[in-house]
Amino acid sequence: MLCDNCGERDAAVHLTTIVNNEVKQQHLCERCAAERGVETTVSVPKHPLGDFLHAVQQQLATPATENGRCTFCGATMNDFRTTGRWGCARCYTTFEPSMRELLRRVHGNSRHGGHAYQAPQPELDERATILGELKERLRRAIETEQFELAADLRDRIRVME
Amino acid sequence: MIDLSLLPDGGVRWLDASGPHGDIVLSTRVRLARNIEGFAFTGRARDGERLRVLAQVREALPGIDGMSEHVQFRIDELPPVDRALLHERHLVSKELAGLDSQHPLRTGAAVFLGDCLGVMVNEEDHLRLQALQSGFALQHAYSALDKLERALGNRLPYSYHSEFGFLTACPTNVGTGLRASVLIHLPGLVLTKEIGKVLAGLQQMGLTYRGLYGEGSEVVGNFFQISNQTTLGSAEEELLDKLLRVVAHVIEREEEARKVLLRDAGYIIEDKLWRAYGTLRYARNLTFDEAMNYLSGVRLAVGLKLIDGLSVYTLNKLLIFSQAAHLAYAEGRTLSESDTNLARARYVRTTLEKESGSVG
Repeated sequence: MLCDNCGERDAAVHLTTIVNNEVKQQHLCERCAAERGVETTVSVPKHPLGDFLHAVQQQLATPATENGRCTFCGATMNDFRTTGRWGCARCYTTFEPSMRELLRRVHGNSRHGGHAYQAPQPELDERATILGELKERLRRAIETEQFELAADLRDRIRVME
Repeated sequence: MIDLSLLPDGGVRWLDASGPHGDIVLSTRVRLARNIEGFAFTGRARDGERLRVLAQVREALPGIDGMSEHVQFRIDELPPVDRALLHERHLVSKELAGLDSQHPLRTGAAVFLGDCLGVMVNEEDHLRLQALQSGFALQHAYSALDKLERALGNRLPYSYHSEFGFLTACPTNVGTGLRASVLIHLPGLVLTKEIGKVLAGLQQMGLTYRGLYGEGSEVVGNFFQISNQTTLGSAEEELLDKLLRVVAHVIEREEEARKVLLRDAGYIIEDKLWRAYGTLRYARNLTFDEAMNYLSGVRLAVGLKLIDGLSVYTLNKLLIFSQAAHLAYAEGRTLSESDTNLARARYVRTTLEKESGSVG
């Protein structure tokens, strides 16, 4: 469908207005919509960092993940653009190429220079026991239709595996 | 209402003006942002996840140096006045207290308060560890905090990436997760109109400034919080050292400005500051901004030794205890805005009256 105004570009914004109780539908391309002061929700970032990152992401044209979602928390770049916050630690690897550029822009550097850290590792036996217990709890949670609990348990199992 | 006298140091040791440069620097705060592996960050976590984060922290803290005797508050179970009280006392952030319109109160929001140390749970990050000290005491504050961070990190797995460091919800905190800030009183630089240059210089050095309550708060009463801007790329010690050197320089500039004021406009300044004291001593109605501005004047007068017999500790306490939630707490009832202004004037008046015998 072509733009009602210029008749040249494809219409991307479908505007419904009500004037004197009369419903009017207009189909506009993005440029004509912008000229009339109509904002398109998809292209208006609420956070400056998100806007920047979105631009980098497009330049690099790297498909971040399947469907552009973080595999752990399900967050997308759009979530980051809206809130300015990442969803989880995994987002840092999910969106890694863009992340490096973003961090350089924010901090002038993308490499940690502070103290290194090694997380405590549960003993192997202990881990196997916990994992078994979690799987059992997950099975019961699904059986009893406690889906919020099941989702939590699934996340914990993923991390341990 | 909550009983803050249960806190190991009453939650106000940082006000006692015992630290270095206590007349110019009120307090030093260092915080480290950390997240626990295996859970979505607070903003995206489900209630159940946040409660499990809280349970893990509660289990990990006992026996850790500096937190062996701590008090815990479930922020999400407190009424608004108690949450405001903790915020006014600089013990929890506005976001954790659910006082920020953008961030509603979260299930699982809690704070553990020890001896000049605190652990906020389910803030923007799972953990915000903080140390608060009187005066200009960056190293002292950091060394206590570093011990707490390492001890807790041996019991809980922090989210860490070999290239990016400690991972945080906001990319502006990633790496060290360290934000050190110094709450400093700079009336001399404001009155001599030198402050603009000083603040511009801070930004060139990669530092930033904010108001009394940190991010998003206004500068009132000539109190500035100076802190590091970036958290990634430098070692913790380098970040602290830069802040230390710059703040030491700002203190020198403030002292010079005060000398200039006394030399060039001695009687005008003396009159202005005594008028500020007079207003606080006798006013019947005081707004928060008025009180802050007059307190700033009196604080300067004490620093210049124009007013004797009034301790910096008393002035620090007035600053904190004359805020709305503290006044409501002292009166034991909720107060309307106009009642708050009356209660504030009454509280300031009586406090100064007690010390008036020695003022002159």
